[in-house]
Amino acid sequence: MDTSEKKQLQILACKVRMGAIEGVFNAKSGHPGGSLSAADLFTYLYFKEMNIDPNNPKAEDRDRFVLSKGHCAPGLYATLALRGYFSMDELKKLRHIGAMLQGHPDMKGTPGIDMSSGSLGQGVSAACGMALAAKMDGKDYRVYSILGDGEIEEGQVWEAAMFAAHHKLDNLCLIVDNNGLQIDGPVSEVGGPEPIDEKYRAFGFDVQIIDGHDFDAMEAAFAHAKTVKGKPSVIIAKTIKGKNVSYMENAVNWHGAAPNAEQYEIAMNDLKKVLSGLEAE
Amino acid sequence: MAEMVKKATRESYGEALAELAKEYPQIVVLDADLAAATKTGIFKKACPERFVDCGISECNMVGVAAGLATCGKIPFATSFAMFSAGRAFEQVRNSVGYPHLNVKIVGSHAGISVGEDGATHQCNEDIALMRTIPGMVVLNPSDHYEMKAAVRAAAEYYGPVYIRLGRLAVESFNNSDDYKFELGKGITLRDGKDITIIATGLMVSRALEAVKTLEEQGIDARLINIHTIKPIDRELVVKAAKETGRVITVEEHNVIGGLGDAVCSVLSEECPVPVTKIGVNDVYGHSGPAMALLDEFGLNAAHIVETTKKVLGK
Repeated sequence: MDTSEKKQLQILACKVRMGAIEGVFNAKSGHPGGSLSAADLFTYLYFKEMNIDPNNPKAEDRDRFVLSKGHCAPGLYATLALRGYFSMDELKKLRHIGAMLQGHPDMKGTPGIDMSSGSLGQGVSAACGMALAAKMDGKDYRVYSILGDGEIEEGQVWEAAMFAAHHKLDNLCLIVDNNGLQIDGPVSEVGGPEPIDEKYRAFGFDVQIIDGHDFDAMEAAFAHAKTVKGKPSVIIAKTIKGKNVSYMENAVNWHGAAPNAEQYEIAMNDLKKVLSGLEAE
Repeated sequence: MAEMVKKATRESYGEALAELAKEYPQIVVLDADLAAATKTGIFKKACPERFVDCGISECNMVGVAAGLATCGKIPFATSFAMFSAGRAFEQVRNSVGYPHLNVKIVGSHAGISVGEDGATHQCNEDIALMRTIPGMVVLNPSDHYEMKAAVRAAAEYYGPVYIRLGRLAVESFNNSDDYKFELGKGITLRDGKDITIIATGLMVSRALEAVKTLEEQGIDARLINIHTIKPIDRELVVKAAKETGRVITVEEHNVIGGLGDAVCSVLSEECPVPVTKIGVNDVYGHSGPAMALLDEFGLNAAHIVETTKKVLGK
């Protein structure tokens, strides 16, 4: 990836993070930690990887995306707004009564949301259904789904994994946002989903492990996933929960809490610094 | 009157799917390793490329169905009622009901008449579970002809539908020549002025038997077949209550949350009359032959007759 394209993506990802913080701050609730860890992934998918059109969000042959870890909606919403699916102003109304942006993704009311999600473990099954529909109809669109590393403690995730491999869904690409934390603490202490790579390999997936904040790595991994035939792909993205907000990084208490006014200022200043650094380069 | 057939409604379901396959190329049928039992195997044979065996994973099956529906398919996700409505309840609620997707959830082997498999498989709670999901249509057809018409109606209708199937072979009583199925509309099988019996599913034919016996004993009972438990035919139920003053409901389901409660809910708001509920009285079943179990749990014509006479003080 050339430097200017990479910088563009980095700038966009920073804006996604700002949008997520904006949303959660105005909602006085929500999930900033995982929104920030997945921000680079959202950015890459919507600005580089997926075949989508914000002006025609339901185009039949578009690539699909399912946010299986639906609580990280603030990050996805910020991405969709930046990509032009709806106005950035909507972010300030997140979780408010009458708002378009619900606490968790609602496909009925929000352009660009391909599947309602939020109850952990369910989105990935729907992604399998979409991938299967493409196979049945002889279409070549691809289906992407981001899961949390805590989320994969749900049994349904492994039912879906078995299904995807059995039905040879090579048009399905899962991404595990492996930030190492879940709401009760480190994943290693709470539910023990590791080793994630070995599990997916045993379930018949093509497995890649990347730095989930590195756009070059993403480019290579998503390109490779497209070449895999006869089996589904998973990209295990090593990420930092709360990435780029100083006091949120690797802090479990920012899984599902909103910053107060003072904390909001600090977060925005942290992100503005990242942004100005990128723009100055 | 057309031919009388003795068939389990699960078989009628499988046949209906196979017949609709050509007309509805969007129909796909999913099962969770029970195709031989739920009779989706009939569709599988007719249309193998549109049949998806999901293995023993009902929660994933419902999610896959939801994903297929977002791409324009009409999935019929089928398993035993205990699993499709029971185990996967939250998947049905959140992945199908909340986004109002065009998925048909089908629960076979419902009720006590599962028989020998016993309590773990005798689902007397599916109607209650499915009724509580906003926007879910709940169907419980009573015989072969009604089931076939119901499956067609479910395919024609856009949105989530739950269809309840039985394991036990039952004799048909609807007339195939002029039978008309309308979603949300009850059918008055017999007019009467002394009392109204409202029955659903397997129990309709037994109630029909009871009403004949009652007639011989000078009791003029009205009989309504409610195949659509949600949305229930309020107008028909209220009219019957107004005209007869007393209601008995009959269902092969827990008396909590099923047809009886649906009727009570309507009547308590619009025409409060005494309602007596015949059903499974909030207990688990156990192993045994289906017919013996139905008798034991009071799900037969004799018990309906007896209850009716008691209610009327005769």
